[in-house]
Amino acid sequence: MKKLMLGNEAVARGLYEAGVSVVSSYPGTPSTEITEFAAKYDEIYCEWAPNEKVAAEVAFGASLRGARSACAMKHVGLNVAADPLFTLSYTGVNGGMVLFVADDPAMHSSQNEQDSRHYAIAAKVPMLEPSDSAEAKDFVKAAFALSEEYDTPVIVRMCTRIAHSQGAVELCAREERALPAYEKNPQKYIMAPANAVRRHPFVEERTKKLALLAETSPLNRVEMGGTEKGIICAGTCYQYVKEVFGDSVSVLKLGMVHPLPTDLIKDFASRVQQLYVIEELDGVIEQHLCSIGVPCVGKAMFPPVGEYNQTTIRAAFSLPQPPSVTTDTPVPVRPPVMCAGCPHRGLFYTLAKHKITCLGDIGCYTLGSAPPLTALDSTLCMGASVSGLHGFNKAGGSESAGKTVCVIGDSTFMHSGMTGLVNIAYNDSHSTVIILDNSITGMTGHQQNPTTGKNIKGDPAKAVDLEALCHAIGIDRVRVVDPYDLKACEAAILEELAADEPSVIISRRPCMLLKYVKPQPPVKVNEDKCVGCKMCMKLGCPAISMKQGKAHVDFTQCVGCAVCTQLCRVGAFQREEK
Amino acid sequence: METKNVMIVGVGGQGSLLASKLLGALLTREGFDVKVSEVHGMSQRGGSVVTYVRYGDKVYSPVIAAGEADFIVSFEKIEAARYAQNLKEGGRIIVNSQMIDPMPVITGAAEYPADILEELKAKGVLVDEIDALSLAQQAGNAKSVNIVLMGRLAKYFDISFDKWVEAIKATVKPQFVDVNLKAFELGYTV
Repeated sequence: MKKLMLGNEAVARGLYEAGVSVVSSYPGTPSTEITEFAAKYDEIYCEWAPNEKVAAEVAFGASLRGARSACAMKHVGLNVAADPLFTLSYTGVNGGMVLFVADDPAMHSSQNEQDSRHYAIAAKVPMLEPSDSAEAKDFVKAAFALSEEYDTPVIVRMCTRIAHSQGAVELCAREERALPAYEKNPQKYIMAPANAVRRHPFVEERTKKLALLAETSPLNRVEMGGTEKGIICAGTCYQYVKEVFGDSVSVLKLGMVHPLPTDLIKDFASRVQQLYVIEELDGVIEQHLCSIGVPCVGKAMFPPVGEYNQTTIRAAFSLPQPPSVTTDTPVPVRPPVMCAGCPHRGLFYTLAKHKITCLGDIGCYTLGSAPPLTALDSTLCMGASVSGLHGFNKAGGSESAGKTVCVIGDSTFMHSGMTGLVNIAYNDSHSTVIILDNSITGMTGHQQNPTTGKNIKGDPAKAVDLEALCHAIGIDRVRVVDPYDLKACEAAILEELAADEPSVIISRRPCMLLKYVKPQPPVKVNEDKCVGCKMCMKLGCPAISMKQGKAHVDFTQCVGCAVCTQLCRVGAFQREEK
Repeated sequence: METKNVMIVGVGGQGSLLASKLLGALLTREGFDVKVSEVHGMSQRGGSVVTYVRYGDKVYSPVIAAGEADFIVSFEKIEAARYAQNLKEGGRIIVNSQMIDPMPVITGAAEYPADILEELKAKGVLVDEIDALSLAQQAGNAKSVNIVLMGRLAKYFDISFDKWVEAIKATVKPQFVDVNLKAFELGYTV
């Protein structure tokens, strides 16, 4: 039976068919759906971990116990999980273990464009890269076979266009795997120096064996066509090459992107007149060709930034582009915005009103950086707002601490904000940390987290008590505000900034997109009262606009949060009561 | 068969995922090789979103590049213009006449070009404008704009009305089938 599946759904199907029994992940676009779809199979234990390092270590534990295990993350998540990865390369596996990492060329939802293939090289583990949904499923099974045969964790690299594209997938049965008896093996799994010095040569030998495998593995294949041009590519680039050239060129399609073959490439090169490497982001394959002395053209023709598509390839080879129309009138950009009724808005409005410096973090609230709120000063990586605030205040002294805060979401705080708060308490800065608790992991599309009281399946789970946690860390001033209440927000922020000790403000209201949050009747503008002062426009609410000099509320978007009614000085905004 | 290309564009949150799911299911049932490339997560909430649907004997690239789209189905007026460059010569734009101000317009940094469809028509682009929001409300749910537009697209497809109905029944949640069938029919006939 064939089914249309997202690349990520196909990976989950592969996990099911490969007999995987434990999956632990932290959400991150474009990897999130792997774990969400895996959780739909009762045969697989799935969970959201607080961060990618924990997730990878959970997968390690399951592998140590003899089960097949996996974790999925976005490219920057692998930075967090890099610590276990590098030593997992030494321990190897008991049950097969595969990490899925989703790169995001063009940064559709990311803060950088890093190329995960460097991790496979640096950690000395094999990496596979599928080019469509069908391969995504097949490569999962191949990855587990490799993992167990070569005693290594394996990375499967996805990218946005593979993860978030649907294609036909053939469904197969699950391979049931019995859990073996546990056998202690300290020389292999205790990576103290005496053992690690014996494992490192094993890793080097393993890489040599895998490089030999790459010469003949069906994961890599040659498709001979016209011999004027030969193109080496992998993943989504293969699809663009076939789209543009069909069979008029010869293609070496790599399914295993680390380690790379040598003889296979040299042989392919000898059969074509001019050799090209087409790869998004860094010239990883090209560098390999350089190192084995095979001349090719790669990054001289193709940029190391952004995504490619058919147009990119046609342009690089000076091929004609299909005709297209454009408008002469400019079309205004439409960046993503915080939703109408977003609980973060009231808090950001208050910060902007008082011109407070605010270190931001990763989540929906990064959108608070956009006009008209422009409430943020920085966004670096998960958790960096809290630790960065401490450094900012240590450098700037008490004057700085009196007008600087940071904002971090509930899920991001669990991921890596907590440790920064420990540092604030321990190293005594008078910092004011604002936790934007919207009771969900929002940006990635509503995943549960340790503060929400539900697990990945939506079943009841222990919920971290944020107030108690902050107290336990050593923060005495902890208060909760409702961000829909502008006066309460203002009072809390000004009082905590003035305090001569660290404090935490928990801005608490569930994301208005959550199913259990019922929208209130929309706000209406009394046009006779509206004086067109545009105070309401300072909120940056997508439901409010000016029409003929008067404020206007779009009823299809407004959810009746009524924050605008608190701003209007003439009382023109009224919520229709039920 | 040569690969056909349909782009679904609009504002994040308008329901383009359901439209592409319906189209993907329908075309798979018709026996085509299909690829659907989407935008996921809340990260594009309120932003410009685009979904590519490609079908034929064998589909390679998951994306539709400039000058390649047979159809652009736009959930909002200026989104149609934003992606018009992707339209093939002789291709058609099906556009909901609803106007949603983007944030630069709300803040006064830019103007909403309300006459932009006229400019496209003047350049020879086939534009089929439809008040899908009113029809969706008439069907019983303002959120069924997506299926109204699919109804209009169906007029130009060589696939029978009944097959679309079957695909809708297989795609949408049972409690929403009736309203969506009504929305589809309104888009198809009005």
